Formats: sequence, C-alpha cells, structure tokens
Amino acid sequence: MRTKLIALTAAGLMAGAPAMADLVVPNLSYRTGAYGANGTQYADGFNDYFALLNERDGGIGGEIVQVPECETAYNTEKGIECYEETKDTGALVYNPLSTGITYQLIPKVSVDKKVLYTPGYGRTSAKNGKVFEWVFNAPANYWDGASVAIKYLLDENGGDLSGKKIALVFHNSAYGKEPIRTLQGLAEKHGFELSEVPVDAPGQEQKSQWLQIRRDKPDYVIMYGWGVMNQAAIQEAANIRFPMENFIGIWWSGSEVDVLPVGDKANGYKALTFNGVGMDYPIYEDIKTYLLDTDKASQGGEHVGSALYSRGMYAAVVISEAIRKAQELAGVSDISPEQLRDGFEQLEITPERLTEIGLPDFGPEIRMSCENHGGSGMARLQQWDAAAKQWNLISEFTEPDQEILAPLIEEDSAAYAKESGITPRDC
Amino acid sequence: MDQLIYAAEVFLNGLMTGVMYALVALGFVLIFKASGVFNYAQGVLALFAALTLVGIQQGQVPFAHLINAVLGTHIESFGWTVPAFLAVLLTALVMILLAFLIEKLVLQHLVGQEPIILFMATIGLAYFLEGLGDVMWGADIKRLDVGLPQGISDSIETVTDQWFGYGFFIDRLDIWATAIAALLVAALVAFSQFTKQGRAMRAVADDHQAALSVGISLRFIWVMVWSIAGFVALVAGIMWGTKSGVQFSLSLIALKALPVLMLGGFTSIPGAIVGGLIIGVGEKLFEFLIGPMIGGATENWFAYVLALIFLVFRPQGLFGERIIERV
Repeated sequence: MRTKLIALTAAGLMAGAPAMADLVVPNLSYRTGAYGANGTQYADGFNDYFALLNERDGGIGGEIVQVPECETAYNTEKGIECYEETKDTGALVYNPLSTGITYQLIPKVSVDKKVLYTPGYGRTSAKNGKVFEWVFNAPANYWDGASVAIKYLLDENGGDLSGKKIALVFHNSAYGKEPIRTLQGLAEKHGFELSEVPVDAPGQEQKSQWLQIRRDKPDYVIMYGWGVMNQAAIQEAANIRFPMENFIGIWWSGSEVDVLPVGDKANGYKALTFNGVGMDYPIYEDIKTYLLDTDKASQGGEHVGSALYSRGMYAAVVISEAIRKAQELAGVSDISPEQLRDGFEQLEITPERLTEIGLPDFGPEIRMSCENHGGSGMARLQQWDAAAKQWNLISEFTEPDQEILAPLIEEDSAAYAKESGITPRDC
Repeated sequence: MDQLIYAAEVFLNGLMTGVMYALVALGFVLIFKASGVFNYAQGVLALFAALTLVGIQQGQVPFAHLINAVLGTHIESFGWTVPAFLAVLLTALVMILLAFLIEKLVLQHLVGQEPIILFMATIGLAYFLEGLGDVMWGADIKRLDVGLPQGISDSIETVTDQWFGYGFFIDRLDIWATAIAALLVAALVAFSQFTKQGRAMRAVADDHQAALSVGISLRFIWVMVWSIAGFVALVAGIMWGTKSGVQFSLSLIALKALPVLMLGGFTSIPGAIVGGLIIGVGEKLFEFLIGPMIGGATENWFAYVLALIFLVFRPQGLFGERIIERV
C-alpha cells in the first residue's frame, strides 16, 4: 500500500512537472484576491500566445513551450515561493507582473541565472544592462510613461506647459512613487507646477485626495494606480466633474475593468499604453481557429482582446521572439537561460516582424543591447469610448525625453550597483 | 478664512465617510452582541452579498465556469435581467439561506466552545466564502447599479456657494447612505430593545448555557442574527460596490471597520455609528491639516492611532460594556 502511494505520488509529481526537454516559461499569475480581476486577464493573454505557438507551429523552433502557472495572489512572499518552486524545472524566464515581487527577485535571478522580464513595471533603472545583467524591461518603463504623458500634454498645449498645474495621484507604494523624480525633473524643465497626491492601498476611499484636487484645480491629473484604486479614482473624478479628457492614467490604470464600473461618466478618460488595443489584428483569426474553436483558450477565452489580455499576449510575443533569437544564436533549440539572456540582448522586433506575427503596429520597435535592456521607451495614448465600451488609440508611439531620463537611470542603477557590490559590465 | 471653509467641507465629508464605515461595523457588532464572537468574515459577507446581487440582477448563471469546465458547455447568462428591488430581495433570501447553512454546518458544532474557537471558525469561513464567491460569480469587476444617485449634489453646491462663496462637495450617494444607515440603526435598536427576539439575542450574548436553560433556542437566535448581519452586509456591499464596482477588494473594507469598533465598542449599535463618525471626521481632518506636512496618505494608519488613543482612556470603547471578571 505504502509503495503504491509513493509510486502514485511520484507519478502525480512527474505529470505536473514540465518535461525537461521543453522550453519552460512559468506564469507567476494572480487570479485570486484584490487584484485577481486584473491578473486573470493578463495571465490569459500570456498563456494563449504560447498555446497558439504550440498548437499552430509546434512550439518555437520545434520545442513545445510549457507555461506552468503559479498563483501569487499579488503577494510578494507567495511570488517568491512560486519562483523557488519553479526555478529548478528548467525555467528560462519570469514575468511576475508585480513590482514588489520583481524587487525581491532581482538579486535572486542574478545568482540563479534566470532571465527576469518586466515590461512596463518593476525597477525602472533595470534598463541599464551594465548593472542589471539578467533583467529586461522593454519596451517601456514607469519613467518613460511619465515623460510620454508630459510630451502628449506639451503637444496639446502648443509645446508650452509653463504655469500649468499637474497633479500626480499615485499608489503609495514603491510602484506609485516611481515617476515622482521624473515628473519633478520635467516640471523644472517645462515650468509646470507638480503636486503629489498619494493614495494608500488598496485605495477604495479617496475622498480626501479628490477634495484636495477639487480645491487645487489642477489642469491635468496623471494617475499611477492599480486595482480598486483605479476605479475609485475615476469615479471620484467623475463625482467632482473633473474633465475626463484631462485625466491620464499609466498603462496599469488603463484597462476595461478600470472604467466599466464607472459607466458613461468615464467617457473620455485617457491612458498610456505600449501595446495595441482591440481585436482588429490578424492574429485573432488564428486565436479563434486554434484556441477558441477548439476550447483551448485560457479560461475559456472570455478575456480575449481586452487591454490587459493584449498586454499579457505582448509580453509573451517579446519572450518568444527572444527565444527565437537565442535559438538562432546558439544553434540549438533547447536553450539555456544564459542563451536566452543573449537572445534578449540582441533582440530586434521590427514593424515588419510584428506584421508577420499578425500584430501590425501593435508595439513600438524594440532594439536591445548589452547596455540597453529597456528598448526605446516609446508609448502612446488610448481613450475610453464609454458608449462603444472600447479603447481607441489617439496618438502615435512617442519617444520619452531621454535628456531627463538617461541621467536618472544612470544615477539609480549606479546606486544599486554600489549597495549590491556589483561591478558594472563592459558593454 | 478659506482654510476654515475648506475644513468645514472636509468635516462634512468626514461625517459621510464615517457613516459608510459604520455600515460595515454594524454587522460586526450584531454578531458580537449575539454570540460574543468577532466575525472575521463580515467583510467577505459584504463582498459575497454584492456579488450575488449583481449576479442575480444581470441574470448570471451561478457556477457557470465550473459547469462549462465539467460539461464542456458555454453558458454564461440566463438571458434575462432582474429589477433592482427584486434582486435585493432575492439576495436577502440568499443571505438568510447562507446564515442557516453557517449555523447548521459551523456554529452548531461549536456551542459552548471558547470565543477564540468561534473566531477561528469565522477566519475559515471568510476564506471559504471568498473562494465560493469567485467560483459562483467569477473574478471580474462588476458594475453595481441599483438606481442610487451618485456624484456632486448640485443644490448643496449652489447653496454653500451663495453662503460662503465656495460650493461644497457632497456626494449624493453619501447622503443616501446616511439616510439608509439612520433607518437601519433605528430599526436595529428598536428590534434589540423592544422585541422578544431582540431580548433573547442579548440573553444569548450574555451566556449561551443560561439562555438555553430558560428555553431560548440558540439555533434560531444564531440564524436570525447571521441573517440580519448578512442583510447589513448587503447594504454595505451595495454602498461600497456602487462607489468602486463589485470586486474582491471589497472584503478589505473590514479593515476600515476595525478602528470604528475599537472606538465605539463591540457591543453597541449606536457606538458603531458614533465611532464611525469620529473616525471618519478624525482621519479626514488630520489628512487635511497635517497630511501635507508629512507626505499625505495618513488615513489608513491615523484611524488606528485615533482608536488606540481612545482605548487608553476607555478600553471597552465609548459605548461598550465594561466586563469585570473576578478570579
């Protein structure tokens, strides 16, 4: 009996673990808890792109991609547990969709030699590949987002923001505080007045913050929120009749779940994005054929095409392209994490390649290097149409202000290198 | 002068926010009064009630994901919508059924146990209900609209503008919440003080065994109290869900009720209201006056500091019963 039990347990464990020859890309997702509604959509997009490659192309370079999912509940401790549980299964790359988990994983991946890919989140200065050898955050980071938002406002105001008031409503956490230094620098450069309005997590109650905004009468509000903070803020903005077209969220404040609960009053709200929106892309025909029609889409495919689904899918596109590049460089299909890092460092995703994938103009062009792990930082704006219940792209991809950002990246990464005893690489 | 007017606006909004906190705290008080148990699951009850309300209103098929996964079907909705009033009534019935099941499956087996055992049981219940809500209705954020108005009150803005030269912001939803909370408290106080069942409820709270010995049905009282707490949770869920959508972070509103309970006392219905008002006004004024000097975002922690200050002088809370145990 005992032998049978051990044999059964072993069989169960082996069935649950990925085959060692496959490419393993763990999905550290969160489908439960306060941020589950956001995490679920992103995880579905991430899973579906790899499922599509497996079903349609037989994987990447002939290797099936395994995407074992581990629930973090957006909790840093659980995220670390997921990493520890999966790192010895042949895992190549992690994308935990949490700045808190990312901060904890950065020193670990350097020791374990795993790639950490954090598109649009995590530690901004990880863009500096000389210091952060194993971390990549292309196509854009938090500071890029802040700068692109200001560039958009400059365009809206004939290139002059002097005398304007801009309020930053932010999640009072490491994530939310990220853009402050950038915006302070940009305020100095362009002469606008910046006010900082922190919101404690989870952010359901924001009356004080929006009373302050109502009194201060800023011309524009920029928001760095996540989860319920977004819906509560957009609702409060509508309550005080703040003009929605002057309210811009970072990409993590720009999904359908952020605006739908507010109804028609959310009409006109804007948000940054570094990926396309909607389903007007050829790839969705393949997703329908290979996943939806065959019941193989993640969670039944109910989130296909949403903003966060698209972003999760885009993360999978970048990872799969890096895997392809790594296979090409190494001359083998079953690559190691070190080879994947090399693939990331020489990754180029051109507009032509995006069109081949079935996602024309879906993201900015990406060109990475040993030094630049963050790409160009380009982002664009989308605007919510409450009647049609859809996001519309309203600007082209715009480059951030590197004059302000580059010294900040250099300074922050140098400080990290010093405190961690890292000697920057020669690139 | 401007600062004084702004402070008055903050004060009024603090009062309104306090009522929203008190709505959550009321559920805790009811169950504590009847069973001496701190119900950890009260926040999740509000979430579960709101999820059920939206699900019924939108004609959503409960357990649709599970059914589809097992049977390979693609059902999502019954194809009808239910009017708000009827949906609220049906949800209240679901909460009564839930109270019955909680008594039958959890509480009945714990009669005479230490309060800490019952408290632990409510922790388990909270996790179970959160998972059940997820499986039944899905994890998506849902819009809750039962017809309550929301947004700035134009008349108050106009009147205050004429008086002070500055139009006050008062959310119409908060005005409704205040009126509903006042009705709810009046009904609960009357029930607890003047009805046979209300007195029986208080007897059970004092001593389970003694109440049983005089013929009070513990099962009935517990089902009744959990049903009322479930209804109060539904009201709180409607108010908070209307503000920011029905989503799983709704269960975290319980965190806002804790300082209210510490301040108002765990056994007093008026205490929950007064505690809520003090916490609401206190945290808003502190954020307005001191917040800008220390970086803001003070409300979460200041509510607890305020409650702790009161605890130093009145450990039983403002309206709580002073319990003296002789050894």
